[in-house]
Amino acid sequence: MTRPALTDERPAPTAGSPRTAGPAATPSARRRRFGGLATITLFLLPALVLFGLLVLAPIAVAMYTSVFKWNGLGGMPSDFVGLDNFTRMFADEVFVGDLRRGLVLIVLSITVQLPLALAIAMLLNQKMRGRAFYRLLFFAPYVLSEVITGVLFTMILSPEAGLANQMLGAAGLESLRSSWLAEPSTVMMSLFLVMTWKYFGFHMILYLAGRQGIPKELGEAASIDGAGSWTQFRYVTLPLLGPTIRISVFLSVIGAIQLFDLVWVLTSGGPIHSSETMAVTMFQFGFKRSQVGYASAISVVMFLISLVFALGYQRFVLRRDTEGAITTMRDQR
Amino acid sequence: MSLSRRGVVLLAAAGLFLGGCGGQGSTGDSGGGTSSSSAKVTVEWWNISTTEPMKSFWAKKVKEYQALHPNVTIKNVPIENEAFKAKLSTVTQSGKTPDIYTTWGGGVLKQQIDAGLVKDLTSEAATWIADFTPASLQAYQFDQKTYGIPYDIGMVGFWYNKALFAKAGVTVPPATWTEYLDAVRKLKAAGITPIALAGKEKWPGHYYWAYLAMRIAGLDALKQAAIDDDFTGPDFVAAGARLKELVDLQPFQKGFLGAGYGTPDGQAATVGNGKAAMELMGQWAPVVQKDAGKGLGDDLGFFGFPSVEGGKGSATDAFGGGNGFAVGVNAPPEAADFLKFISESANHRQAVEMNALLPVLKGEEDAVKDVNLGVVAKTLAGASGFQLYLDQAYPPAVGQEVNDSVAALIAGSKTPDQVAQAITQTAKSE
Repeated sequence: MTRPALTDERPAPTAGSPRTAGPAATPSARRRRFGGLATITLFLLPALVLFGLLVLAPIAVAMYTSVFKWNGLGGMPSDFVGLDNFTRMFADEVFVGDLRRGLVLIVLSITVQLPLALAIAMLLNQKMRGRAFYRLLFFAPYVLSEVITGVLFTMILSPEAGLANQMLGAAGLESLRSSWLAEPSTVMMSLFLVMTWKYFGFHMILYLAGRQGIPKELGEAASIDGAGSWTQFRYVTLPLLGPTIRISVFLSVIGAIQLFDLVWVLTSGGPIHSSETMAVTMFQFGFKRSQVGYASAISVVMFLISLVFALGYQRFVLRRDTEGAITTMRDQR
Repeated sequence: MSLSRRGVVLLAAAGLFLGGCGGQGSTGDSGGGTSSSSAKVTVEWWNISTTEPMKSFWAKKVKEYQALHPNVTIKNVPIENEAFKAKLSTVTQSGKTPDIYTTWGGGVLKQQIDAGLVKDLTSEAATWIADFTPASLQAYQFDQKTYGIPYDIGMVGFWYNKALFAKAGVTVPPATWTEYLDAVRKLKAAGITPIALAGKEKWPGHYYWAYLAMRIAGLDALKQAAIDDDFTGPDFVAAGARLKELVDLQPFQKGFLGAGYGTPDGQAATVGNGKAAMELMGQWAPVVQKDAGKGLGDDLGFFGFPSVEGGKGSATDAFGGGNGFAVGVNAPPEAADFLKFISESANHRQAVEMNALLPVLKGEEDAVKDVNLGVVAKTLAGASGFQLYLDQAYPPAVGQEVNDSVAALIAGSKTPDQVAQAITQTAKSE
């Protein structure tokens, strides 16, 4: 189909047609294209150099050190051990536990934290008194730093004098009192509670922004057709929020894979490793045990998991959302 | 438009100027080692004295030294303890160290020495190194060579609340492990939490296992085990089993597995507020108890770790550690000279008299004013042997494994035998 079209066109200029502008236009277009490339390179260069130095180079160094047994001292590593660090990692019950705990946090985030954020976003989208205040209130925890949040909740969840147990006691719910962060059986739940408190406001704001981008007319049309509020939400709002939800799931999963500071301040991974995440294990080995080679191997696995997830998610889930952006770019060019 | 352009130029100029300053500073640093003594020398000094009284004490000493040696500038950089460790491990990994920096000796210092980062002070400080007590120097000596200068030393023991002990009917501090367990039972029966422990931080728990291993297996066995990478001997398993006896009495405060050490609800505060009868802690315990909690005042007492019946170790063997300064391998000679200055009896004694440091120099014990610290200083001076904290003495990975496995034993997820196996396995792989 295309071939004949091309051959049809090609002879036209070579046949000595009166369009003399044709050959003259080619160098100028080339110059324009070259000028464009130069501009792009010039403007990208600072960012590329920084990205290369601060992102790509460390990744390469970590990959290199991950195949050595190295305590981090005395120049470059020399004790090559091949993939020993990786086999050791997958035989280590703490690291395998990290993977399991990471999965638990991801599943809980998607099934509990995000729906909660969505529900509150929908509520705060209604006309009500003090709406701006509530929005500010729910978003406030996200503005706090992880460390402050951690310190705050170690005090709230402290077994003896902590606010949580005091309040349960005052409400006559002594039986619900717990040591929260100090029990292997409750620590993950407590950690997830703090995570939800910290991050749901961020997802709420995303959803709220997405919701406000949906034209009112669609809802009105649906209600004229006799759709109740739930049907409207289910068949109009939710599908149109799709792109926002997909991005928020993406951010939530990547955040859970790399979770460190909150855990470090709250529990340091304890008691007995029951709240440890991959990043905490990596820190323990790199900075406390000074087994930098092994810690690098952990960081490489973390990177690969994030990378595979990010690429797979973009390829299969975000494809519809990004496609639009890419085609518009192509059109403009 | 022109204004902002001028601003950019100014900024660039400022950047150049700053860069120039930085460059100059560092060349002066390395050049000082070879040039004559009258040339300008800068000595960079990293320490962890970010709190009073030591912070201003060091600042004062720097001023005095600089007055005596006008050509020397001591760049005093106090860094908070945890931040210091992270920062130092980052610079040492790039193959550099400050001219003088805080060290706790042991396995960490050994790794730095093996990497060729630390100056051997044996001959440079030969004349004045003899003034220190052997116990205070031990952590910094390897193969008869000295790589660090101590400025503080202390030991771990039980800090207890005399009023709560009396209330439970324990009148004499326990001298043997059996008596100790009895005292714990009596305290529990009287409705008092016997022991506060920071389970979140792991290192306070390792004190129990280490002391029990010292009392049962003895100091020499601990040293040998570190050389052979073998902690599976029956004495080490027995140390775990004795600790298990204590854990089975459930002597610790509620939620101890999540408790920090110096936090408002941590180990020190629990004892300092009279909520628990004792803690096993180093010489700094009274200060932190008062800082994080109310402090016990005259009710506070100190007794050494009890002996274990049938054990090979002596009850007068002390467990602890100190603070010292190491000198970077490329540091100018003025670095060691400054350490000599702050170690002079007249200078060090002042800090001891302020109750800020404990004696490291021979015959300094009488300078200690505080009653409890006096007991610590006397016990140390009369100690038959000295063991550095295990998480300092051993390579970092082994030390952390001791902390980790003992924490698991206390939490009930490892048996005494598994603790010995885990430590051995890590030691063998190092």
